[in-house]
Amino acid sequence: MNITLLFVALAAAIILWFFVIRRLRAKPWTTEGILERNNITSLPAEKVGLWAFLAVVTSLFSLFFIMYAERSGYPDWRPLPDPSILWVNTFFLIMASICYQLSRNLLNSKNYKYMKISLYLGGIFTIFFILGQISAWQMAYSSGFFFATNPANTFFYLITGLHGLHILGGLFVWIKTALKVWNGLEYNNLNQIAGIRLSIQLCSFYWHYLLLLWLVLFYLLSTT
Amino acid sequence: MAYVSIADKDHEQHMHDPQSFITKYIWSQDHKVIAIQYALVAIFVGLIAMGLSVMMRLQLGFPEWATFITPEEYYQYVTMHGMIMVIYLLTALFLGGFGNYLIPLQLGARDMVFPYMNMLSFWVYLLSVIVLLISFFIPDGPTGAGWTLYPPQAISEGTPGDGGGIVFMLASLSLFIVAFTMGGLNYVTTVLQARTRGMTLMRMPLSIWGIFVATILGLLAFPALLVAAIMMLLDRVIGTSFFMPAMLTLGETSEFSGGSPILFQHLFWFFGHPEVYIVALPAFGMVSDVLATHARKNIFGYRMMVWAIVGIGALSFVVWAHHMYVSGMNPYFGFFFATTTLIIAVPTALKVYNWVLTLWKGDLRLTVPMLFAIGFIFTFTHGGLTGLFLGNVTVDLPLSDTYFVVGHFHMVMGVSPVLVLFAAIYHWYPKITGRMFNNTLGTIHFWFTLLGTYAIYLPMHYIGFLGVPRRYYANGTMDIVDESVQLQNAGMSVAAIIVALTQLIFLFNMIWSLKYGKKAPGNPWGGTTLEWQTPQTPAAHGNWGENLPEVHRWAYDFSVPGAEKDFTPQNEPASDGVPVGRDHGVNH
Amino acid sequence: MAIAIALILLVVWSLFFHFASPWYLTPIASNWGMIDTTIDITFVVTGIVFVAVNLFMAYCIIKFRHKKGKQQKAEYEPENTKLEVWLTVITTIGIAAMLAPGLIVWNDFVNPPQDAVEVEVVGQQWHWSFRLPGEDGQLGNVDVRYMSKSNPFGIDSEDPAGLDDILIGDSSTLHLPINQPTKVLLRSKDVLHDFAVPQFRIKMDLVPGMVTYAWFTPTKTGTYDILCEELCGISHHAMRGKVIVDEPSDYQTWLQEQVTFADLQNRPKGDPELGKTNFAICAACHGQNGEGMQVLNAPKLTGQEPLYLKRQLQYWKKGIRGASEGDIYGATMTPLMVTLPDQASIDNVVAYIESLPSEPAEKTISGDISTGRYIYSTCSACHGADGKGIWSMNAPALADMTDWYLARQLKNYKDGIRGKHPGDPYGYQMNMMVDILPDEKAINDVIAYINTL
Repeated sequence: MNITLLFVALAAAIILWFFVIRRLRAKPWTTEGILERNNITSLPAEKVGLWAFLAVVTSLFSLFFIMYAERSGYPDWRPLPDPSILWVNTFFLIMASICYQLSRNLLNSKNYKYMKISLYLGGIFTIFFILGQISAWQMAYSSGFFFATNPANTFFYLITGLHGLHILGGLFVWIKTALKVWNGLEYNNLNQIAGIRLSIQLCSFYWHYLLLLWLVLFYLLSTT
Repeated sequence: MAYVSIADKDHEQHMHDPQSFITKYIWSQDHKVIAIQYALVAIFVGLIAMGLSVMMRLQLGFPEWATFITPEEYYQYVTMHGMIMVIYLLTALFLGGFGNYLIPLQLGARDMVFPYMNMLSFWVYLLSVIVLLISFFIPDGPTGAGWTLYPPQAISEGTPGDGGGIVFMLASLSLFIVAFTMGGLNYVTTVLQARTRGMTLMRMPLSIWGIFVATILGLLAFPALLVAAIMMLLDRVIGTSFFMPAMLTLGETSEFSGGSPILFQHLFWFFGHPEVYIVALPAFGMVSDVLATHARKNIFGYRMMVWAIVGIGALSFVVWAHHMYVSGMNPYFGFFFATTTLIIAVPTALKVYNWVLTLWKGDLRLTVPMLFAIGFIFTFTHGGLTGLFLGNVTVDLPLSDTYFVVGHFHMVMGVSPVLVLFAAIYHWYPKITGRMFNNTLGTIHFWFTLLGTYAIYLPMHYIGFLGVPRRYYANGTMDIVDESVQLQNAGMSVAAIIVALTQLIFLFNMIWSLKYGKKAPGNPWGGTTLEWQTPQTPAAHGNWGENLPEVHRWAYDFSVPGAEKDFTPQNEPASDGVPVGRDHGVNH
Repeated sequence: MAIAIALILLVVWSLFFHFASPWYLTPIASNWGMIDTTIDITFVVTGIVFVAVNLFMAYCIIKFRHKKGKQQKAEYEPENTKLEVWLTVITTIGIAAMLAPGLIVWNDFVNPPQDAVEVEVVGQQWHWSFRLPGEDGQLGNVDVRYMSKSNPFGIDSEDPAGLDDILIGDSSTLHLPINQPTKVLLRSKDVLHDFAVPQFRIKMDLVPGMVTYAWFTPTKTGTYDILCEELCGISHHAMRGKVIVDEPSDYQTWLQEQVTFADLQNRPKGDPELGKTNFAICAACHGQNGEGMQVLNAPKLTGQEPLYLKRQLQYWKKGIRGASEGDIYGATMTPLMVTLPDQASIDNVVAYIESLPSEPAEKTISGDISTGRYIYSTCSACHGADGKGIWSMNAPALADMTDWYLARQLKNYKDGIRGKHPGDPYGYQMNMMVDILPDEKAINDVIAYINTL
C-alpha cells in the first residue's frame, strides 16, 4: 500500500505541476496569432530524451526494488554477505562521477587539457567499477552463492547485472566522445565544441544518475 | 530559436531525399514510412489473431463438429489471440502506427527528433513479432497459459507450450518492450521539443494529447512487464523461485519453494491496467478529431477533454488490483481499488458526454469515418458501463471470471478501439495514400462490423450473469446451463465468422483503392489540423517543403461565426490581425 | 439517418434482450442476496445512462445531420462550464450510489461471522477434495512436503490436530448443513484454481503457497456445481465438484460415513495371502495371473494402479459402474461383487493383484501412430507421457494394458455408458475429454500410439 500511496502522490504532483504553471488552464480558442511556443524546457532534444529514458529506468529499477523488498519478507530468504569489495567499487563509481562533473566544468572554463584528462579518467574509473563488480560476482560465486540457490542471490546478480549493463551502455557513449576528443579538437570550431559539450553533459548527468541508483541499490543489498 | 533549430537540424541532416527503394521503403527513417511499416505488420498479426478467434468460436459454437481442436490448441488460441490483439496489434498500431504518422504531421515537425532510433524501434518490433510467430512452429507450439501468463501454471509441466512456447513468448515481450521504449522516447521528446512555432500545448489536437499521455503511461508501465518477464524467465530456465511456490507436479513435489504467484499478478496488472489506457487514450484522442471534423464543429469542452486524458492517465496507475478482487490478495485492498476504479469513471463519462455534445448543433456529415466514430461512442458507452459492474468489488464477485468479463473487455477494449482504428484509417487514408477509399464498401464494412460485434457480445454478458465460466474448452453438463446456452453459443459463433469475413471487405477496399481509388484532394474532409495542410499529398519527405507551418489558432476552428468557410486551418493567419468571431475577447 | 435509427433499435433491442432473454442470475441459494441488490442498483444507474446517452445521440444525428442543398452551419461553442459542472456532479452522485452499497457489502464479505464453521477446500489439477476439522474443530498442519500416495492431503502426522480431520478424497462432493455460516479455507496443491458456486454468488482463487477464504450461508437445500474459474491447464473445464446442501439430520448421516485421517493411516494394509482366496473367482475370467482374457471380455489387472483398482471395485459395489444401460460387460461384474463384502477384502484382493507379475498385454489394435501421438498429447496430461498413469491425477495406467478394453471404454465414455453417474467424477472428466476423439479411427489411432509406449 505504501507503493500505491507513493504513486498517488506522484500522480497528484504531476497534475498539480501542470495546473500550477497554468499551462493547461489556457482557453486556446480565445487567442489567435502566433503564441511563442512555450516549451517545457529550452533544452536540446537529446537532454529531454535522456530524461525520459531515465524515467523509464527509474520505473524499471523501482519495480525491481519493490519486488526485492516484497520477496525478502518471505521466510526462505537467505541473504548473502556483502562482499567488502562493493565498498571499493562504490568509491570507483563516485570518482567516475566526480571526474565527469569536473570535465564538464573544465570545458565551461575552456580548460581543455584538464578537461580531457578528467574525461578519460571518468571512463577509466568506470571500467574499474565494472571489473570490481565482476570480481564481486566471482567472490560470491566461489563461496557457494550460486545464481539460483536462493532468491536473494538471484536478485543480487540480477540487479547488479542490470545496473552494470546500463553502465556499459554509458561507456559506449563515453568511448565515442573520448575518441572524438582524442583525435583532437579544433577549439575555434564552435559547433564541434558544442557537440562535445552536449556529450559530456549527457554523460555526466547519466553517471550521476547511475551513481545514485547504485547507492540506493547498495543500501538495499546491505540492509536485507 | 530552439524550436526552429531542432526541426531544421533534422531537415538538413536527411532532407537529402533517400533515393533507392531500400532506403526509401525498407531502411527508412521517415516517420511516415515507419508508421506504415508498423501498421502493416500490426494488421498482419491482427489478422492471425482474428483467425485464432474464429477457431475458438468454432470450438465453442460447434464442439461436436470441431473435434479437430484439442484443449491444448484451444488454450493456445486463447492465449495468442489475447496477447497479439492487446500488445502486437492495438498498442503497435495506435502508437507505432498512428503515433508515428500523426505526431510530426499534426505538430508541424519534419520528422521525429531521433529518426534513427525510430527506425530501430520498428525493426525490433518486427523481430519481436517474428519471435512470437516462431513459437507457432516449434514442436510444443505456443504457450497456452492464458494471455495473463499467470504462474505457476504458465511454466509448470503439462501446460501447453511449456517446452519452448513460454520462453519465446517472454522473449518476444521483452523485445517488444525495447522497441516500444525506443519509439516512446521519440514520441515524448518530439511532442515536448519539436512542435512548430505557435503550437502551444493547448493548441495540440486531442489525437496528440491521447498519444502523448498514452506513451508516458507505456514508458512507465511496460517496465513492470519486463520485470515480470525476466523473473519468470529465470524461474522457468534456471529454476529460481520468484513466483513459484512449493507444489505438486505430476505426482511429485517440485523443486520450487517459497515464491509467490500473487506477486506476479501485481506486477502484471501494474502494467496491464495502464495498458488498457495505452490503447484507449489514443483512441479517445483520435475519435475526438474525427468527430469534430465530420461534425464541422469544435470538440465540445476541449480543456475538459485534455484534463480528462491527463487525469485518466494518472489514475490508471492506481487501479490495477481491480483485476485481482478474487485473486486471493489481501481482501481489504478491495475497498481502495473499488473506490479508485469508480472515480476514474467520472472523467471517462465526461469524455463520452463531450463527444455526444460535439454532435449537438453540429452539421453532421455521416461519412464512413463518422459512422465508425458514432459506432465507437455506442460500444464504448456500453463497455464503459459494464465496467462499472466489474470495477465495483462486490458486483464483481459473481461476475468475475465469467463470460460477462469476456463480453465487457471485448466491447471496451476490443470493439471500441478497433472501431476507432477503422475510423482513423478511413479518415486519414486519403492523406496517407493520396487516394479515396470506396465509400460503399466502407459503409458495408461498418454495418456488418457494428451489428455483428454487438450480436456477439451482448448475449455474452447475459451468459456471464448465469455464471458460465470463461476459458472453458467446452461446457459439458453444468447445472446452471441448459441447451439454450449452447444454441446461443452457436449463434455468437456465426456472428463472429460473419464479422471476420467482413474484415476481408475492408482489406480489399484498402488494397483496391490504392490503385483504383479516386485521387484524393489534400484536405478532403475540410480538416483544420496541420496534417491536412501539407503542400503535397501524400506528404513528401520532410513534410512541409521549404518552410515549416506556423500555428495561429487552436485545432478546432470549425464553423467560426463570420468566417467564410466552415473551417479555418490552424496555420491560417488572422485576417488583418482582426480576429473573427471570438466571444471571449482576445489577448495577444 | 440509418445510423440514428440503428442506435435507437440497438437500445430497444438491448432493453428487450435484458428483460426477455432466458439468461440471468440463477436463483440464489445463499445469504448473499445483498450482492444481487448491488447488481440491481448498478443496472438501474447504468441502464439510465445507456439509454439516455444513446437516445440523445440518435436525436442529435436526426436533427443536425447535414441535409443536401440546405444551408446549415454548426454552432460555435468551445465549452459550457456550467453544463460540464452539472454533468460532473450528476455523474459523481450516480457513481457514489453504486459504490457505497458495494463497499458496505464487501465489508461483510471480508469479515466472516464468529460462528462460521471452517471447511477446507483443496484444489489440484483437476479435481476437488475437502477436509473438515473433525471433533476438535481444528484443522491439522499441512505441507506440500508430506504429500504422497498415502497422504494426498499432505497432513503433518505429528500434529495431533490433524488426526481427527475428516477427509473427503475422491468423491469431489461436499455436504453442508443448511443455514450454517460456512467459511471455506481454500488451498491449492499445484497451480491457481478458483472456487466458484454460481448459486452462492461467491468465488475466490486458490493460490499455492497460501490459504485464501470466502464465506457464505447456504439457504436452500439442493445440489450445486463447483466450477473452477481460474485457468488451470488443459482440463480446466473438466474440473468439477459438487456441494450438496442438506437438512441437518441428513448432514449428520453423511458425516458419520466419512473417514478421518487417523482412520486412513491406521487402516491395515491389504494382505495378499488373504486376497489370493478372493482372487480365485476373479481368475476365472481375468486369468490366473490377472493377465486378462479377451474371449471373456475381461481386461488385464496387473500393472494397474492399486488406487484405481480399489476405486473401480467400490464403484461396482455401489452400483456406480455396471448398472448403466448398455454396459453388458460391466453388468457381469456386479453379481460377483458379493465375494468382496467389505473394504478389507477389496484391499486384500488388490494387494494380491499387485503382487502378481505384470507382462505387457498382447497388442490387438493398430492405427495411424503419428495421428495417435498428436491426440495422446492431450491424454498425457493425466495419464503421463509414458502412459503409466499418474496417481495424483487419479489417472490409471494405459500402456501395456489390454488395448481392446481401452477401446471399449473409450466408446463407452463417448456413448455415455460410462462416466455419467454422479458418483464417478473422474469418469465425467473422461466424458468431457473424449470429445477430441471424433470416431472409431481416432480411438484406434490413439490406442495404436499407446501400444508403442
